[in-house]
Amino acid sequence: MQRTVPIDNKKIGNTSKGMRKLGYLLLYLVLAAVAAFQIFPLVWLLLFSLKNNQEVFNLPPLALPSSPKWENYSKVWNAGNIDVYFFNSVWITIVSTVLTILVASLVTFAITRMKWKGSSFVLGLFMVAMMIPVHSTLIPLFNMFSKLNLINHPLSLIASYVAFNMPITIMILLGFYYALPKEVEEAAVIDGCSVNKIFFRITLPMTSSVLATTGIINMIYNWNEFIFVNTFINSDQYKTLTVGVQNFIGQYTTDWGAIGATLMISILPILIAFIFLSDKIVEGIAAGSVKG
Amino acid sequence: MDKVMSNKKIIALYILPALLFIIAIVYVPIILTGYYGLHKWNGIGAMEFIGLENYAALLKDQTFWSSAWHSLLLAIFSTLSLVIYLVVALVLSSRIKGSNLLRKIYLIPMLLSSVAIAQLWLKIYHPTNGILNSFLASLGITNTPEWLANPDVVLYALFIPILWQYAGFYILIYYAALKNIPKSLEEAATIDGANAFQIAYKIKLPLAMEVVKVTIVLALVGSLKYFDLIYVMTNGGPNGASEVMASYMYRIAFKSYDFGYGSAVGFFLLIICLVVTWIVRKLTANKDQTQYS
Repeated sequence: MQRTVPIDNKKIGNTSKGMRKLGYLLLYLVLAAVAAFQIFPLVWLLLFSLKNNQEVFNLPPLALPSSPKWENYSKVWNAGNIDVYFFNSVWITIVSTVLTILVASLVTFAITRMKWKGSSFVLGLFMVAMMIPVHSTLIPLFNMFSKLNLINHPLSLIASYVAFNMPITIMILLGFYYALPKEVEEAAVIDGCSVNKIFFRITLPMTSSVLATTGIINMIYNWNEFIFVNTFINSDQYKTLTVGVQNFIGQYTTDWGAIGATLMISILPILIAFIFLSDKIVEGIAAGSVKG
Repeated sequence: MDKVMSNKKIIALYILPALLFIIAIVYVPIILTGYYGLHKWNGIGAMEFIGLENYAALLKDQTFWSSAWHSLLLAIFSTLSLVIYLVVALVLSSRIKGSNLLRKIYLIPMLLSSVAIAQLWLKIYHPTNGILNSFLASLGITNTPEWLANPDVVLYALFIPILWQYAGFYILIYYAALKNIPKSLEEAATIDGANAFQIAYKIKLPLAMEVVKVTIVLALVGSLKYFDLIYVMTNGGPNGASEVMASYMYRIAFKSYDFGYGSAVGFFLLIICLVVTWIVRKLTANKDQTQYS
């Protein structure tokens, strides 16, 4: 009995080895096909952003242009305020992200480190907020911002971004704070440190890696945000790229190269961030959803 | 320690900024939406209280119910496609080389702005020069529909980029959950002679159920409140064929400036999302109990 079992196993191992190899090959093909489907439209976009209309209409879709038409990029960058929209997106994204992280860190610290009644209720308020559709808040927000003279003002965007990204930011931070050892902070209390000092000098620096994670996630969401800008901002001075691109393309529906270049400009910062920070992005998205 | 860490002033100082944002920008507005819904109001003039008239009108509004049906269809498709994502994640998590790179590639569309994705897919669906019809033409298929102008096709044509956008997100979540399962369990099962399918079905899947529940809620609620691609690509057209609840609400509020009725639609959308969340949580919780009893 004890002799036959290993022999049997080996037999099965040999016959199934070929099957397994074939199976893995098949799996790879399927996985690669999914990857191709995900990436293919973007490759096509890059290609037509470097073509002129003649090449778009006459060459096969995946053919390279005779020479890359980089002038598409310089043309749209200077025309139609794309540069203005771009810098609006940059600074509004950065300000909102920094503010969100700071405010979320403060409340997460209070929830995980300090002792007070109602902390679980407050946490619940943030978690339920994640299920609330933006559209159910739009009319009152529009009305509120009009009364405060904040329609057409970047503050309306920043306030909305901070509020709506707060829940997911807190969620990512929570997991990290719970796992963080409290000994250092306890020692600091014994040494007579104030809470502010503990938070700013000890806890916040210790969370720097998760701050980077939440930071990049916040930046992506803010950079891509569309509905608030579309509703609250109508002057070109304060539009961000998403709405700017939408309006710009509306005017140039027939110039494929220009449209492609505009789209590439709007997604390039995210693609670059992805190349360098993909681990952080993956980590943040996983942490922000699973722990619900 | 306790004394320092229960200083009321400091606690208030630390929670108030976040609370202020979430209450002023999220909770006060959803209450106001319900309240505005009880009024006839164009957003500028005086509000006229009309009781439940808007909500009664909503129940009889054909256009709203057809948009609700479209949202529901999207919710069904999104939820069903979770099965595919779970299978892909199961495969990815089973000692596949390059799985790290693959799941990152899958994620890329989710990181891009909806406007960019919408504009790109408008080009993909372009009747004469779009890559879809070029491809079909090269296969000899020429009587292709105008994907976004044909009322019978448009809704499904829109579902594809929406699913494309979020596929990587769900695969990533499943992958993370499956990777959390201790290796020792899988090894023990292998020693006991279980094959890859048995391991996936009997060990990995049950352990990933918690995460599956979360994703079902995300997919359902995300679909019911979905807006971006549809608004940019068709704005609900042609003739309402691709209208969803959120785009309908937006049209009434910010195109027709009927803030009263728009608020009623917005409030209804909120109730639907919260009720669906609650029901799914209840249902999946019950299932668990029967499983263990």
